[in-house]
Amino acid sequence: MNPDAVIRADMLRKEYGDVTAVDGISFEVPPGESFGLLGPNGAGKSTTMKMIGGVSRRTSGTLDIMGLDPDENGPEVRAHLGVVPQQDNLDEELRVRENLIVYGRYFGLPLSYLRPKADELLEFAQLTDKAKSRVDALSGGMKRRLTIARSLINEPKILLLDEPTTGLDPQARHILWDRLFRLKEQGVTLILTTHYMDEAEQLCDRLIVVDKGRIMAEGSPSSLIRDHSTREVLELRFGSERNATIGAELVGIGERLETLPDRVLIYADDGEAALEQVSARGLHPLTSLVRRSSLEDVFLRLTGRSLID
Amino acid sequence: MSTIASGQGQPQGQPHSVTEAARQRKFGALYSRNVRSVVARGLMAAKSSTWLILVSGFFEPVLYLIAMGVGLGTIVGDVEGPGGQMISYAAYIAPALLAVSAMNGAVYDSTWNVFFKMNFAKLYQGMLYTSLGPLDVAMGETVLALLRGFLYATGFTAVMGVMGLLTTPSAVLMIPASLLIAFGFASLGMGITSFMKTFQQMDWINFFMLPMFLFSATFYPLSVYPESIQWLIQAMPLWHGVELLRQISVGVFSPATAIHIGYYLVMIVIGVTLTTGRLRALFLK
Repeated sequence: MNPDAVIRADMLRKEYGDVTAVDGISFEVPPGESFGLLGPNGAGKSTTMKMIGGVSRRTSGTLDIMGLDPDENGPEVRAHLGVVPQQDNLDEELRVRENLIVYGRYFGLPLSYLRPKADELLEFAQLTDKAKSRVDALSGGMKRRLTIARSLINEPKILLLDEPTTGLDPQARHILWDRLFRLKEQGVTLILTTHYMDEAEQLCDRLIVVDKGRIMAEGSPSSLIRDHSTREVLELRFGSERNATIGAELVGIGERLETLPDRVLIYADDGEAALEQVSARGLHPLTSLVRRSSLEDVFLRLTGRSLID
Repeated sequence: MSTIASGQGQPQGQPHSVTEAARQRKFGALYSRNVRSVVARGLMAAKSSTWLILVSGFFEPVLYLIAMGVGLGTIVGDVEGPGGQMISYAAYIAPALLAVSAMNGAVYDSTWNVFFKMNFAKLYQGMLYTSLGPLDVAMGETVLALLRGFLYATGFTAVMGVMGLLTTPSAVLMIPASLLIAFGFASLGMGITSFMKTFQQMDWINFFMLPMFLFSATFYPLSVYPESIQWLIQAMPLWHGVELLRQISVGVFSPATAIHIGYYLVMIVIGVTLTTGRLRALFLK
């Protein structure tokens, strides 16, 4: 047990009627770490986040956030948290800067602190020239940045990000990642859920892979890939009818074979060598691609399913 | 660049004293003594958006008063007031319209407004991820509803004064009395709204309110009804509000005055208890 951990969850369970959303999850997060929950929709990631914030009561297990139980002391726990929910819930009746100030007042912070802080955060979110704009006039990426700026108004020690870049275009995602990376450098503990493996690889020091409310694996992105996948992956497409049937003819190439509806994956430390073996057997895929293993492959290996379905 | 967030800024020992303080508090997860910020948010939002609603809410009873009281009143003539003295028809219905306006304002704020913010604007979800508890939010919204009610009541009482419908200085007590009425409806309305899931269900509220407005001795005395209907109307909240304000408007009180006030006090207690219980169920799932 890590005595410094800012979050400590032990056998966390959440049931909604007959459905078990979270089924005995345990983890610890030391201060300053960037910790990810990776899994498909419905894996229990958001539910776990809600329990951490004390807005969803756990069915059983223990949860300790900086020495406090969120079920008992929701307001105090949330005073240390910044929350970026999956769907933006900015206050559309207020202007951009007002959103920050009003949100800060919900924490009981004085205006003398909030006014300069709001300006500083607008600067950080690159929204200074939008300070007086209406919220509904902002683009998706701007709204997300404003939501993140808003979550920082109370100088949280822990920032909870639920699917922070879902629905954003690639450029907006990269801007957001850059902002999150800066926070990480400043020592903020980041807890993020995502079903994008590139996001997890970019931002997380350590992550848990979650499926059906359970932890399937835990570790740093690189160690997870090392432990659960090969160095490289060969992706072959034979056309949608043939992918399934051709699998049998590929047996023996590489360490492992995965047949998906749209493609066949061959796990091998040397992808090019594997491709040569495929050709040597007289098989000619429509397209072939050698790439490095990713967390997607780890997930596939652990659950037999893709992350995004 | 200065530090945006304090990953390590605050002293480590601090949370534990906060823990102790929090443990000793009632409603620890529900309430953080910060109703003020919810009220401030409402005022800031009102600045830009709800202008028109505010104005229309004021004019509605005034228009009724002119159409019914002054217009219809010319054929009705004088009628018997609470103390048996004869008063103009306009003076007879004006306090009733004030009670109706207190009810309508409070019900609008605590039902449709809350329903929208809860289910569509996701405003409360955002608030509840801060230090605020559900009780802060509910109380803040109630205070806002009462503030609006206070503006309406003051405005309408002034209109009554200008029209010469007030005969006693104590009629100014209609303002706090209409706040009592508004509080009763707001607290109960919010509790009921927390059960609502769809717009169709919300329509039931109107289905209940319109007949109450028309038949609660608003435009003519209760004595026109057969006795069984009288009992039914006397069980409804609006009738007590109408009677209370009508008595205050002429400064004639009876033992029934205490019953009217008591009715609303009970309504407030039930409403607040219901709302708090529902908030616990809704937001701390």
